[in-house]
Amino acid sequence: MKFTKIMVLTIVIGLLLCTVAQAGKDLDGVRKKGFIQAGVNGGVFGFGMPDEKGVWRGLDVDTARAVAAAIFGDATKVKFTPLTAQQRFTALQSGEIDILTRNATRTLSRETQLGLNFVTVNYYDGQGFMVLKKLGVKSAKELDGATVCVLPGTTTEQNAADYFRNQKMKWKPVVIESTTELSKAFFAGRCDVLTSDASQLAGIRAVAPNPDDYTILPEIISKEPLAPAVRHGDDKFMDIVNFSVLAMINAEELGITSKNVDQMLKSKNPIVQRFLGVSPGNGKALGLDEKWAYNIIKQVGNYGEVFERNIGVNTSLGLKRGLNALWTDGGLMYSPPFK
Amino acid sequence: MKSKNPPASAGSQASAIPFWRDAGKRAFIFQLAALFTVGGLGYYLFSNTQANLARQSIATGFDFLNKEASFEIAESLIGYSAADTYARALLVGVLNTLKVAFIGIILTTILGTVIGVSRLSSNWLVSRLSALFIEVMQNIPVLLQLFFWYAIFYEAFPAPQQALNPIKGVFLCNRGLIFAIPEAHNAHTVMGWILIAVLVGGWFLNRWARRRQEAIGESFPVLRVTLFMALLLPLLAWVAYGTPTAMNMPELRGFNFSGGLSVSPEFSALLLGLVLYTSAFVAEIVRAGIQSIGRGQIEAAMALGLRPGQILQLVILPQSLRVIIPPLTSQMLNLTKNSSLAVAIGYTDFVAVTNTTINQTGQAIEGVAMIMAVYLLFSLSTSVFMNWYNKRMALVER
Repeated sequence: MKFTKIMVLTIVIGLLLCTVAQAGKDLDGVRKKGFIQAGVNGGVFGFGMPDEKGVWRGLDVDTARAVAAAIFGDATKVKFTPLTAQQRFTALQSGEIDILTRNATRTLSRETQLGLNFVTVNYYDGQGFMVLKKLGVKSAKELDGATVCVLPGTTTEQNAADYFRNQKMKWKPVVIESTTELSKAFFAGRCDVLTSDASQLAGIRAVAPNPDDYTILPEIISKEPLAPAVRHGDDKFMDIVNFSVLAMINAEELGITSKNVDQMLKSKNPIVQRFLGVSPGNGKALGLDEKWAYNIIKQVGNYGEVFERNIGVNTSLGLKRGLNALWTDGGLMYSPPFK
Repeated sequence: MKSKNPPASAGSQASAIPFWRDAGKRAFIFQLAALFTVGGLGYYLFSNTQANLARQSIATGFDFLNKEASFEIAESLIGYSAADTYARALLVGVLNTLKVAFIGIILTTILGTVIGVSRLSSNWLVSRLSALFIEVMQNIPVLLQLFFWYAIFYEAFPAPQQALNPIKGVFLCNRGLIFAIPEAHNAHTVMGWILIAVLVGGWFLNRWARRRQEAIGESFPVLRVTLFMALLLPLLAWVAYGTPTAMNMPELRGFNFSGGLSVSPEFSALLLGLVLYTSAFVAEIVRAGIQSIGRGQIEAAMALGLRPGQILQLVILPQSLRVIIPPLTSQMLNLTKNSSLAVAIGYTDFVAVTNTTINQTGQAIEGVAMIMAVYLLFSLSTSVFMNWYNKRMALVER
């Protein structure tokens, strides 16, 4: 009967819509897909940008790879979605991506109002100012009346406004959506100052026509703990992402690198044995293979290696470890025990 | 269809026909079903969104409008600082969009008409150049044009320290066009009011002149008289106030110019891009409108001894405007909507301000809803105005 057919169809469609609305757990979804969809920055050298061969490179990119290595035992099982500052949270909320590793600052309002959970910080940053050397500006306090290029839709806009308001200085923002267009305008002289997170400034300076013409002022006007984020609602998945970042930090502290990890498997140190899954327990607790941490270190490297490879002193960014050194070296990178 | 068994009465006939055989009832049922489907789908989308937002603990509602915006906006027609509320920041955005759309529509109409008329010029060079302009402008995406003009503004012009200074008090650099304006003085306010009064007077004069011409057939030079008065009367007021000549001169202080009035490269690039792009379409509309008038009418008007200007004003325009106005309206709407591309080149229009708001508050759904509502309002009001004008211009059958 035609009528029954239509009724059945309606019910089936209705049920389908219901399942879409409820959606499965993030971890199950990722496992079913067979890869992680990671939201990254498309144009910041050292953090998230494809190289000339089209291979994604960067600290944030490697963080996403570490999560893939933990879940699948294969660091290549990750696909990257380049996102603008404005798209990133919506992309995560809507389920377009599974994790967001795109130098996003962890703040109270983001954590509470956006329905996100940030995990361990993978880079401690702060907002700074970059100017032309020949202007002879030595401090941000001399910037009264300046035109400032600002990347929109980040905490950057607010920090800059707060800083100038507090210093009782006048300024004019120029706000352009894309990093590339903004840097072009800055290099051409549209603005006197470019403001962003200090790491991004270094990244933008690295691709300037004449990098030596620019200097980054000493003032750091904000705290920017950059951390990967996941959606609310799947604590198991969040644990995995969190401990993937921590595993890289812990490995550096234990002196385990991608080069020596195979020898370390034979280590007599019970802490190392537990960490690498030689004595089992951690993997089961996370719902992962016992080799998960080994896979991260073997395929991606420890935090120090990832840092030096992407943004360290020997790269064109030339960033020092600073706050991002291990706690044993006077930095803030600290991992809870893996037991 | 007739029933095989004739019914006993009218009442039983109605009940004998099943409702699905009755065209009227069937139509009603279908309408009802359609209404329920659309309503149900809308309700489903709304409740689903609400439920999902609540599940992910994302804040909803418009409470954020009263919070401090705490971001700066470069250009504003009204007073604004980072200490003002989001509501005021959004108002600044709306006014910035209106500013570029309003000036853009006026310039587009003028430029489009000029090019459309030149396209029909008997001068080979003029008509070919207009054709070239139309083809080039129409066929390059407007976003690319905006990037192009913006790059020209910041690449081609020097830094403020080496600003071009063609005449005293006017500076041109990569921070924009900065020029001197007269120092605020009572005389200027009075002159402004007098000018408005003269223009209103001119409108009444025009009505009087038309009636007089209909009655006694003599024409009156309304335009010339109005223009003369518009120049003379404010000038008299200025002299009466003792000819104030103090100027607010721009001065290079530190990084930038202060004083005077400045037009930013972002605004100029956006305006230029939109005007050039849209005027190419308007030119084609104007050309089509003019060509819709039969050649014979123009010849007839010439035979009557009308001058070319009179032919345009009295014969061609009144008829071709009927053809021109409806498509012209949609071009104006296009220009307004395209102005949202401002985000790409850093002009702080409504979309740019809303984007920042969305990012700081995280309330994307409310933000996007506001964008849609505001553009809908702009479009509908432009539409209403143009429809009213179209009705006035439509052929009046006597």
